[in-house]
Amino acid sequence: MSEDFNNNKTIQAQSSETLTGGGGGGLTPDMDYVRPAEVTDQDLYHGHSFITKWVFCQDAKVIGVQYFLLATFTGVVGLILSWLMRLQLGFPGAAGFMTAEHYYQFVTMHGMIMVVYFLTALFLGGFGNYLIPLMVGARDMVFPYLNMVSFWSFFVAVAVLMASFFVPGGPTGAGWTLYPPQTILEGTPGSEYGILLMCLSLILFVAGFTMGGLNYLITVLQARTRGMTLMRMPLTVWGIFTATVLAMLAFPALLVGALMMSLDKVLGTSFFMPTILKAGEVLEYGGGSPILFQHLFWFFGHPEVYIVALPAFGIISDLISVHARKNIFGYRMMVWAIVGIGALSFFVWAHHMYVSGMNPWFGFFFATTTLIIAVPTAMKVYNWILTLWKGNIRMNTVMLWCLGFIVTFVNGGITGIFLGNVSVDVPLSDTYFVVAHFHMVMGIAPLMVIMGAIYHWFPLVAGRFLDEKLGKWHFWTTFLGAYSIYFPMHYLGFIGVPRRYFEMYDSPYMTSAVGMNEFISLAAFLVGAAQFILIYNIIKTLKTGKPAGKNPWKANSLEWLTPTVPPEHGNWGDRLPVVHRWPYDFSVPGAKEDYITQTTPPSEVVNTGVEKT
Amino acid sequence: MHPGIIFFLVILGSILFHIFTPWYWTDVASNWGGMDDTITLTFWIGGGVFVAVCLFMVYCVFKFSYKEDRKADYQPEDKKLEKILTWATTIGVVALLAPGLVIWNNYVNVPKNAIEVDVMAWQWGWQYRLPGEDGKLGTTQVVNVTDDNPFGINLDDPYGKDDVMIQSDILNLENNKPVKILLRSVDVLHNWYVPQFRAKMDAVPGIVTYYWFEPNKTGEFEVLCVEYCGVGHYAMRGGVIVQDKQDYSKWLNEQETFSDLIAKQQKINTDKTKLAKK
Repeated sequence: MSEDFNNNKTIQAQSSETLTGGGGGGLTPDMDYVRPAEVTDQDLYHGHSFITKWVFCQDAKVIGVQYFLLATFTGVVGLILSWLMRLQLGFPGAAGFMTAEHYYQFVTMHGMIMVVYFLTALFLGGFGNYLIPLMVGARDMVFPYLNMVSFWSFFVAVAVLMASFFVPGGPTGAGWTLYPPQTILEGTPGSEYGILLMCLSLILFVAGFTMGGLNYLITVLQARTRGMTLMRMPLTVWGIFTATVLAMLAFPALLVGALMMSLDKVLGTSFFMPTILKAGEVLEYGGGSPILFQHLFWFFGHPEVYIVALPAFGIISDLISVHARKNIFGYRMMVWAIVGIGALSFFVWAHHMYVSGMNPWFGFFFATTTLIIAVPTAMKVYNWILTLWKGNIRMNTVMLWCLGFIVTFVNGGITGIFLGNVSVDVPLSDTYFVVAHFHMVMGIAPLMVIMGAIYHWFPLVAGRFLDEKLGKWHFWTTFLGAYSIYFPMHYLGFIGVPRRYFEMYDSPYMTSAVGMNEFISLAAFLVGAAQFILIYNIIKTLKTGKPAGKNPWKANSLEWLTPTVPPEHGNWGDRLPVVHRWPYDFSVPGAKEDYITQTTPPSEVVNTGVEKT
Repeated sequence: MHPGIIFFLVILGSILFHIFTPWYWTDVASNWGGMDDTITLTFWIGGGVFVAVCLFMVYCVFKFSYKEDRKADYQPEDKKLEKILTWATTIGVVALLAPGLVIWNNYVNVPKNAIEVDVMAWQWGWQYRLPGEDGKLGTTQVVNVTDDNPFGINLDDPYGKDDVMIQSDILNLENNKPVKILLRSVDVLHNWYVPQFRAKMDAVPGIVTYYWFEPNKTGEFEVLCVEYCGVGHYAMRGGVIVQDKQDYSKWLNEQETFSDLIAKQQKINTDKTKLAKK
């Protein structure tokens, strides 16, 4: 910690009593008044060696990048697994080594990796760490050391997960939902060691995630800079914040589920195990309930969908607003929709269990709550497209990903109404309709957001623009390819083709599926390969990309307003920024430029029609 | 090419695909045609919203593409518009939910005259049991299951003795007669599903679950297991044959009851002892 830094803290505390100056002649001096800071500036640990700077680092931005890279690595593993699955489904027998055991192991690991270790880690660990402190005007997360431990717990969790590929019996092949009793019984691959490593890895992930999550929450609640009221926060922060609240409440259910299942396996308890007859012998279990696990799993599992979706909602709102040069339409509605969806998401979990054998009367309740969620979600969609209305839309790569998101998200949202509506779910559940639905809505749509976010914030992180031409190739291959995978796939579900089938055989109504399966597989190979365009683009840009300079998109939010680009440790140099407005003052009538940054005091834009926020 | 054109073609392509798709429902062969109707209704309302939202987006992309000399509109909120949209959406959602719940109400209320069928699942196969002349199934327990008592019927339950045990993984049903499927599993989760009947439910070890339907087309159908149950899941098939009353009665008379099975086993046992004595 340098001495200058300490001095500045005192200066700031003094000067925050009243802010004078900055105003033009004839203006009242307190026009730009912002309440003084209530807490002193944060002391930061500054690493000096390579290890403390880049490995066991306490800078949220570096931790964000670390999360991002490790999540991307697991994502690539998940992608390769999906290729192997599609190879088997489109061209059965083409890969000689592919047995049913392998297939189910790949299905399971693909699902768990993509949902938990890729999407959750990337949105909250990656974007959350990088953006929260910058966007709320903090120097760092409030507990930097805990933040570092959070990442390394995630690292160990991933290592344990990957280790399960190399233990006898291989990883678990129980399906990502891990439904007992089959999960821990012979007849399911990896029921000896694979499942234990999976449970252990999830427990580590939840523990590590709790450390990170507490950081995000307390940073948002306590470390916002002066003037950054909650209703002036960018929707990105609102999305990540609410998702973290959900995660804090939902992950414990997964944790106890994983623990109880491990006990059933190792100690022979019977939490989830009723009396079971296997190969002519009655096992030493009795009295447990398999459906109890499903309740625990989905009490986590459904909020998990929104843990991924809410950050995506937040980020996409900001990207659309910046690149349409227009304020996000209905900001307050957007905030309440995020909070409302988050709260409702805890009352809908059993819509995954309509045909699970739970008391069928639950169906009425959960169908109703599920369809209620459609209302705030639809409002968000309307507000995105109304933001485009009368905008001044830059048709760059970032905007393309946004538009791709709207199409895929609305498509996946509508098919969700089919599945949420209990009796419509009966014929469709456990078919490819479900697979198509959730890939469209929580696979492809969030991926569109991630990609848009990468093209948007890369100039901040690396100081250079990603190549637009490569970006457009990347977008169109991914969007058109992914759409042609999942749109037709719904219709396989209508025929009745069940999911999690290693082979279809020649059931009369399934023969027509063969051609489509081949087509879908080819499209999947292409979409997967297209992601390497991005990796090439990043490597190329880091070497020869066009320098971006400060605030290249002419955005308003604080992350673009740091004294140096890319931002340094501590983010703000000598003085924390002071916020005077919401981040969506684009194209304000009477303003010289088409944007007014959050730090611009009112006295500098007196003759504009800006709203009070 | 303007990107809006490609987005427009994607929407158009989706509509055309839906109209001309050769991949669609198998013909419904039970009373659950209402599920198909609700799906069609959801397609109209939901698909309409999808097309409207996307076309509006495409329009905006064409109309409001970036121009240096133009400024976007500045209107942070429009309370009235937001209210209209909220209510319109709510009405649409209610219109979809209502028929869904009505059908669900039928689904969970089994008609009194439905014939009960015991469907017992194991890794990886099915077996079926019908009530005998008393019209009631005998109670069962997993621990009772042996070669001599494949359904684990409680031997002291008088209702069990005349139960009809089907020696095949193909179940025959009478056309236009409601059936209540009682699902059991001795090991892991399974699900007994005939796509043409639309209905399904998981079989859960430890409890008995149920659903009902009324077949309304004669013919042979394939049974699929649709709840993942281990490596043999995809191969766990069975069959259903729906017959007219006459054919069905003929088939039913050929089946063995539990008492028949016990008698047969006893005969084999006594033969064995005789053989041993000789």
